[in-house]
Amino acid sequence: MSKQFPADPAPIPTAPVPPAHWAASYEEEPTQASAPPQANGMTALKPFGWAKDNLFNTPLNTALTLACLFLLWLVVPPMANWLLLNASWSGSSEACREAAGACWSVIVVKHRLIFFGTYPYDEQWRPFLACALFVAMLGASGVRAFWRPWLAVAWALTLVGMGVLMWGGIAGLTYVPNDRWGGLPITLMLSVFSIALAFPLSILLALGRQSSLPAIRTFCIGFIETMRGVPLVSVLFMASVMFPLFLPEGVTVDKLLRALAGMTLFTAAYLAEAVRGGLQAIPKGQYEAADALGLSYWQKTMLIVLPQALRIVIPPIVNQFISAFKDTSLVTIVGLYDLLTAATVATTDPEWRPYFAEVYVFAGLMFWIFCFSMSRYSQWLERLANRYTRR
Amino acid sequence: MKTRAMKSRLSALAIAATLSVSAFALSGTAQAGATFDGVKQKGYVQCGVNLGLYGFSSPDDKGKWSGLDVDMCRAVAAAMFGDAEKVKYTPLSAQQRLPALQSGEIDLLARNTTRTLTRDTANGLNFAPTNYFDGQGFMVSAKLGLKSAKQLNGATVCVLPGTTTEQNVSDYFRANKMTFKPVVIEKNEELNKAFFAGRCDALTSDASQLAAIRAAEVQNPNDYVILPELISKEPLSPAVRQGDEEWMNLVTWAFYAMVQAEEKGLTSETVDAAMTSPDPDVKRLLGVTAGNGKALGVEENWAYAIIKQVGNYAQSYERNVGSGSKLKMPRGQNALYTEGGLMYAPPMK
Repeated sequence: MSKQFPADPAPIPTAPVPPAHWAASYEEEPTQASAPPQANGMTALKPFGWAKDNLFNTPLNTALTLACLFLLWLVVPPMANWLLLNASWSGSSEACREAAGACWSVIVVKHRLIFFGTYPYDEQWRPFLACALFVAMLGASGVRAFWRPWLAVAWALTLVGMGVLMWGGIAGLTYVPNDRWGGLPITLMLSVFSIALAFPLSILLALGRQSSLPAIRTFCIGFIETMRGVPLVSVLFMASVMFPLFLPEGVTVDKLLRALAGMTLFTAAYLAEAVRGGLQAIPKGQYEAADALGLSYWQKTMLIVLPQALRIVIPPIVNQFISAFKDTSLVTIVGLYDLLTAATVATTDPEWRPYFAEVYVFAGLMFWIFCFSMSRYSQWLERLANRYTRR
Repeated sequence: MKTRAMKSRLSALAIAATLSVSAFALSGTAQAGATFDGVKQKGYVQCGVNLGLYGFSSPDDKGKWSGLDVDMCRAVAAAMFGDAEKVKYTPLSAQQRLPALQSGEIDLLARNTTRTLTRDTANGLNFAPTNYFDGQGFMVSAKLGLKSAKQLNGATVCVLPGTTTEQNVSDYFRANKMTFKPVVIEKNEELNKAFFAGRCDALTSDASQLAAIRAAEVQNPNDYVILPELISKEPLSPAVRQGDEEWMNLVTWAFYAMVQAEEKGLTSETVDAAMTSPDPDVKRLLGVTAGNGKALGVEENWAYAIIKQVGNYAQSYERNVGSGSKLKMPRGQNALYTEGGLMYAPPMK
């Protein structure tokens, strides 16, 4: 990916030039990493000199360094022992009782339940394939070379393929109603769809909030402030518990769809405020210049304002994406089997109940993998978007 | 514990739900038979269950639902369709369960729900017979050799703070003119650890909870005993919406059929042979003598289907929470009335 802009040795030029010792961690570009980090005349003694200059240069720093080392010594060895060295990796719960460390066998035994919930056991290759396809498409969508019209076609095909895999009912696949879906597919679909739907909605809301038309402005402000004024849990409750009470008996809207709608509206309200921040950061001259060119409102917005505004707000938007991803775990209170709920259910089996910590560490790791990827990707996207900007 | 914690936390929501429910109850009366016909038409029972409570309703390692409450759903499906598999499960949180039933999202609520007057009336529910009598009990180390909670005078008792559990203990000891020293610990896991580390003589919680804790924490369940006295009443019962007596009848008698089958010694293995039994009660139960099925609006072999596919109450109990399960709960109050319990099926004729 770095081939796209190799001519940029320092990716964030506005930042103060980092000290040389940061170089290894600061510079993420593979082109830089391929050059030996010590190449610029550092001697083997340099680390000691560096430590002396930075860690032991005053009595206070020396004390702090020693205190930190002591803390690390207190924490790291027992943790490594628990996590890895003394852990039990397979076998029964009896073997786990013997082991002093973590009991990873619980994951081995329960991983299918954690990942796929109550999806029919013999058919679980289907959600697996659907998730793999989905993650692969998400990954592909991140690569700039693939930003072509056919990507939209590929996405449409992927979604259809996922629907076929998850629901079945055709091509010899048995039908699986979506109340049996669970685990990772639910978490992924809820978060990605709510984000994908909320994002355009949030832009409209942000624009509407700045609109000169009073009706639109009032509606957008009302919507945003209402949604932001209540916790997500209440929105989910309204969507899942109260909403059906207002429908005539027999008319039900799918539970998954209701939760998705609730999450989308909630995320959209928060995103709208982030986008509005970007809109306000655009200098007034930009608007005036666009007007002077005789651009219409939509031309001005699509060509001048939004491209600049969205670039500015990449960090808060990704922040919101990550938070939306983690918020999917709240759907447990409306009885949906997301990854975390499935993990919790796995711990209710008395045989494995003592090992709930391991299950939660595992679930946490899953969430971390997705959130961390999002965060890294956003950093790359930010550099890409700002590569012509010198500010 | 199940219901009480929720109440304190979400009382505001409960009030809101109750308001909308009472509005709903007005319209509910006009729909006699709607649930029964609706279920028959769509071809499956939509059953509200716990997200995951081992022994009552939880998905196993393969994602297949099992448990005492799940068996209740399956029994009703067997009675209705002759096929216990015609159930769709809706996992529900504690807060959701009543609105889910009231709104018609589910047909049957089998989710370890305590039957109370308010729920039976203001909340617009009808309760089928209790399928599990739970209640707060005491667990002690077998080494103490205690036989009754009445011998706990002066004991230290591990208890969660701020719950009705704590209130029940002090009421019980006061009523029996005994004293106890509470060891109050905020978190469940730490409370259990404290008990098994010997910091208190007794641990108190709902008996089903105690059994689950025991199964999880100790290698030999016989090292700890759950004393027979239950000091609170938690009759866990399946529930349906008010306003459809036909449906209520079917759910009620589907459960009684399981109890009756146990009393008559019919199991899923022996029920085929019993079709030729000369016992008139068995004949009526299995539909050899016709009448019961017609009265309920289902096939005459409805009870046969339940016993064959789900089993009698004893089979269901032992498989899910009793000796055949990891919980190893004694029958206690859930034994047949002939064996000192509370399970009693009215005559099925």
